[in-house]
Amino acid sequence: MVVFALRRLLSSIPTLLIVTVIVFALVKLLPGDPARLILGQEATPQALAELRRSLGLDRSLLQQYLSWLAGAVRLDFGTSLTDNSSVSKLIAQKLPVTLELSLFAMLISLLISLPAGILSAVRRNTWVDRVLTLLALSGISLPNFFLGILLIYLFSIRLAWIPASGYTSLLENPGRNLLLLLLPAVTLGIGSAAVLTRYLRSSLSETLNQDYVRTAHAKGLMARQVISKHALKNALIPFLTAFGLQLGGLLGGAVITEQIFSIPGFGRLLVDAVFTRDLPVIQGVVLVSAVAVFLVSFLVDLSYAAVDPRIRYH
Amino acid sequence: MTTTLSKTRPPAKRRLPAPLRRFLGNRLAVIGIFVLIVFAGAALLAPWVAPFDPAQIFFSDLRAAPGAAHLFGADELGRDIFSRVVYGARVSLSAGLISVSLALVFGGSIGLVAGYVGGWVDDVLMRVVDALLALPFLVLAIALAAILGPSLQNTMIAIAIVTAPAFARITRGEVLSQRERDYVQAAQALGAGDGRLITRHLLPNISGALIVQTSLAIANAILAEASLSFLGLGIQPPAPSWGSMLNAARGYLTDAPWMALFPGLAIFLAVLAFNLIGDGLREALDPRGRVG
Repeated sequence: MVVFALRRLLSSIPTLLIVTVIVFALVKLLPGDPARLILGQEATPQALAELRRSLGLDRSLLQQYLSWLAGAVRLDFGTSLTDNSSVSKLIAQKLPVTLELSLFAMLISLLISLPAGILSAVRRNTWVDRVLTLLALSGISLPNFFLGILLIYLFSIRLAWIPASGYTSLLENPGRNLLLLLLPAVTLGIGSAAVLTRYLRSSLSETLNQDYVRTAHAKGLMARQVISKHALKNALIPFLTAFGLQLGGLLGGAVITEQIFSIPGFGRLLVDAVFTRDLPVIQGVVLVSAVAVFLVSFLVDLSYAAVDPRIRYH
Repeated sequence: MTTTLSKTRPPAKRRLPAPLRRFLGNRLAVIGIFVLIVFAGAALLAPWVAPFDPAQIFFSDLRAAPGAAHLFGADELGRDIFSRVVYGARVSLSAGLISVSLALVFGGSIGLVAGYVGGWVDDVLMRVVDALLALPFLVLAIALAAILGPSLQNTMIAIAIVTAPAFARITRGEVLSQRERDYVQAAQALGAGDGRLITRHLLPNISGALIVQTSLAIANAILAEASLSFLGLGIQPPAPSWGSMLNAARGYLTDAPWMALFPGLAIFLAVLAFNLIGDGLREALDPRGRVG
């Protein structure tokens, strides 16, 4: 198991390195001179030259990349251009908020997708399945910013049950924290529940067609037992992948939902940085979100190997 | 016709091709086609469908409720929301179609080369594709749109870049699985060159997977365009875009909820249409998913 984990980790290093090249290149593609961007149009040539030197812009691209990479490996992404605070500190502040929101959203999405996916597969090609399919495809098609606005309109404006926006930290006031995160978590949860339902439906209906399931039926097991003990266990592996992808996506993709509900998370950080053209923050956020995706998919792979011994011998 | 379809028959005789028959028998997919035709018609015939110019301002109708004068109401500047939604269809559909076509051509070519040539070329190309796929879709799209600058053209480029890797992956996988098939070996043995092998044999056989992916990718691209313009990173006002209309509506939810409702529904229905079509295509083209 440990060997498997190490091998899996090592094999992702080249891809991660390419990610760092892409993230570095992204910002280098930006037209214009970063020094002028920071100092503005009235800056004197001396000041510009000095800033360029302190930013390392006078060195070759390769040198710049290597020193940036050396920093990034030590979680040092430089300092924000807007308020001079360290990018990694900004990220460390915002990441837990988004992490909590994502986990909350995934919990909601599991509560919806597990029963819906199972029902859809078991009742495949009946009206139940068609209704669930239409609902799932609607959920996938519903833009989360529209869903968020609908929820705000319904629960915050019409019913006035939940404040439309704001954030209280979990440690300060857990009840209020969960209440304020409820609508955004539902917004995100419905979207991924729709995707997960589709995955579970297709993987479970594929397993339900397998010979061993027929055998289980034939030897007289109850339908419930066949589904839960035999089919579902095997169908859960592709479902786990999809779950990991969704979670990884949420960590970086809660951008718009955080924007609508004014949640000071990771996505908000990105949007704010984009508008102030805060390049080190953009670089840091994009890189960390990619690493988060890697970590989640690594954990998913580990859980496979734990569930299914065949995978370890690959 | 639908009744005969539910009893799956042995391979059909000479009628419509089986996948097409399966597709047309899928009610949800047919609904998707209808919705798409309505939106495409609105986009193409916008000047005739829309009662007003999308930028025309009616000072007396600020945030007017839906009614006879303004079918979908009027926005905070007194512009007709129906006309703006109709013209917005042009932005959304063209963004979806153009960015996905670009992604299909570039991503598909990369996947084709990787799968066909193999070896280190495949290794290098796929590492890059994996790296791009590791970046969350919207995060990368936002970063690209921010770097390129806000405009419709740049939005399309950004969406094409984030969409292409998926096409590369799928094309490569399909090419790899087809390359070893007997018919390819036979064609090779008969002296078919690379060009003929790819265009006459491989492409027709992998087109099914690509068609499905194209439909689903257009749905995602429309969502992405709406997201970027919602954030203010897409096409700039006063051009009508569903995303920016929704963003403007956020400030007036209490007294003018229709400002959010109609552009939101438009995005939802357009994306849903492509998802329904894509889903129908997958079920029709991929026999593995069917239950005998």
